[in-house]
Amino acid sequence: MISLLRTIRLTFLHMFRKRETIPYPEEKVSLHPRWRGRIVLTRDPDMGERCVGCYLCAAACPVDCISLQATEDENGRRYPEFFRINFSRCIFCGYCEEACPTYAIQLIPDFEMGEYNRQDLVYEKEDLLINSQGKYPGYNYYKVAGIDAGIKGKGEGDNEEPPIDIHSLLP
Amino acid sequence: MELIFYITAAITLISTIMVITRHNPVHALLYLVISLLSLSVIFFLLGAPFAALLEIIIYAGAIMVLFIFVIMLLNLGKETAIQEKEWLKPKVWIGPAVLSVILFAELFYLIGIPHQTSPVLQTVDSKVVAISLFRPYLIGVELAAMLLMAGVVGAAHIGQHKKLVFHRFLKEEEKT
Amino acid sequence: MMNTTLQYILMIVMVLFVLTTIAAWLIWLERRMLAVWQNRSGPNRAGPFGLFIVVADTIKLFFKEDWIPPFADKTIFVIAPAIVAATVLMSFVVIPFAPGILIADLDIGLLFFLAMSSLGVYSIVLGGWASNNKYSLLGALRGASQMISYEVFMGLSLMGVVMLSGSFRLSDIVLAQKDCWFIVTQPVAFVVFLIAGIAETHRLPFDIPEAESELVAGFHSEYSGMKFGMFFIGEYLGVTLISAMLVTLFFGGWLGPAFLPPLVWFILKTFVFILFFILLRASLPRPRYDQLMSYGWKILLPVALLNLLITGGIVLMMTK
Repeated sequence: MISLLRTIRLTFLHMFRKRETIPYPEEKVSLHPRWRGRIVLTRDPDMGERCVGCYLCAAACPVDCISLQATEDENGRRYPEFFRINFSRCIFCGYCEEACPTYAIQLIPDFEMGEYNRQDLVYEKEDLLINSQGKYPGYNYYKVAGIDAGIKGKGEGDNEEPPIDIHSLLP
Repeated sequence: MELIFYITAAITLISTIMVITRHNPVHALLYLVISLLSLSVIFFLLGAPFAALLEIIIYAGAIMVLFIFVIMLLNLGKETAIQEKEWLKPKVWIGPAVLSVILFAELFYLIGIPHQTSPVLQTVDSKVVAISLFRPYLIGVELAAMLLMAGVVGAAHIGQHKKLVFHRFLKEEEKT
Repeated sequence: MMNTTLQYILMIVMVLFVLTTIAAWLIWLERRMLAVWQNRSGPNRAGPFGLFIVVADTIKLFFKEDWIPPFADKTIFVIAPAIVAATVLMSFVVIPFAPGILIADLDIGLLFFLAMSSLGVYSIVLGGWASNNKYSLLGALRGASQMISYEVFMGLSLMGVVMLSGSFRLSDIVLAQKDCWFIVTQPVAFVVFLIAGIAETHRLPFDIPEAESELVAGFHSEYSGMKFGMFFIGEYLGVTLISAMLVTLFFGGWLGPAFLPPLVWFILKTFVFILFFILLRASLPRPRYDQLMSYGWKILLPVALLNLLITGGIVLMMTK
């Protein structure tokens, strides 16, 4: 009996506590920098696409919401011909970001993607591509890659030795 | 006032007939409730509001609910309705009907005899009821109280059952 | 003659209108207060302070499909929700809101209230039975036994008040509290009546007939649309009724210091009790069914009887 009255008193005192609810549209919740929200495709410092169309993100995606088609430009640089993410299926697990070898696909702290039409949730490459380097500024895949794709010549990259002249016998 | 009385009386009669003729037991009980309610209205009209409300509280509000309770628990389905239909054959009800018609005729005859004293409507409120209960009918009240007490004690005895199954960890040692 | 009849009808319409409006806004109040006591903010979108959520709720209820299950007993299924609202509204007939503002000053008003609340059981029993659903039936069984047994303690606890005031007429009972409210002289009766009142309206600590964690929604599992709305309104009207009865019987009804009109005093006191009911809902867990019954018969009944005995003795001594 006493415990019941104590419960009632305690509940009553909760009237003067701070509200836990955040009235959302007026007051936004502060998201952490690593929050996994909308997926974007980033660019390298030269504003070229980072994505090389390796399909690893599409393979890693547990709900199969990513679809893309790789192609090459005249320099031999690979890029996706189209890149499509169906956000109505996406579960924001971030596996694509982990699978990406070129840091191209990244998840940013933005979750406000409500649409009235379901088809509007299918994002094309134009919607996904942003004019930013994302979380890894200064990183340029083709600078460290071994191939010449119009960015640098062979053997001119960082931590890269010049190619061996296979016709020479000198060590 | 007269008109209200006749309407209520008609409702009472009709609902009571419905009680007998319904096949579904719950419907029959509901008509019985209506019949009790209209009876209480008649009590009101006759100047006995206390009795009227006690009728609602005790009969309509408690006893009939218990009846419905039991019938709900028995879960009587369509079979009972069919059975009831079979039971309601003229062979069954003609005997009681004849007897009650004789009673009805006697009642009519008695009503037909001119009364010397015209009945004066006087309100029987709770005070009058209480005084008559605890002055002239005190022994009756006491006897009823004893009977009810015996009933309560009996119910408590029947309802009481020793806890036989303890949880296996809580099993107490047998005291010898 | 014509004038008084017109006044009478006007009074009835007014009380009916005010009560149904109050019952509707109580839905908002309850949700809001529950939120306040749980560190939330509650409905605050539609209109100022979310007040218009009631309008939205009502529109929603009216436009929902009014589904009668094919296995249900149709007539009884339809009648049951009407009974609850009707009986509770009938009980308001005898409540004196203020001197002059009451519908019928019956000299057996208290008994009338008890009778109407005892008839309210039928809505639960019939609603549960007619749904032809095992959860509904279980809810109906629990509701019937709970309400019948708590009616006993309710009636018994009130008899002390009746003894002190010497009348079943509710306005007499209020006037008898001119010097001293009955909460002072009858505290035990107040507690018993409060608990029995909560059980009678099957409000939350004792919402065993509709225990949603065990019985889906209890006796109104199969109801939808406005039929469910009737049960809903009936419940809130019941809360208002019990609060009003508590005020009338134990807290001096419309009596109060003269700087406010009597009607305002009555409404204020009733409002406090409605808030208390919501607070109970916010804080207390639901007891088990057998706990409720044994609590009623083993604690409340003896306490009510003892209170009756002692009050009777004291009244006898005072009159000698």
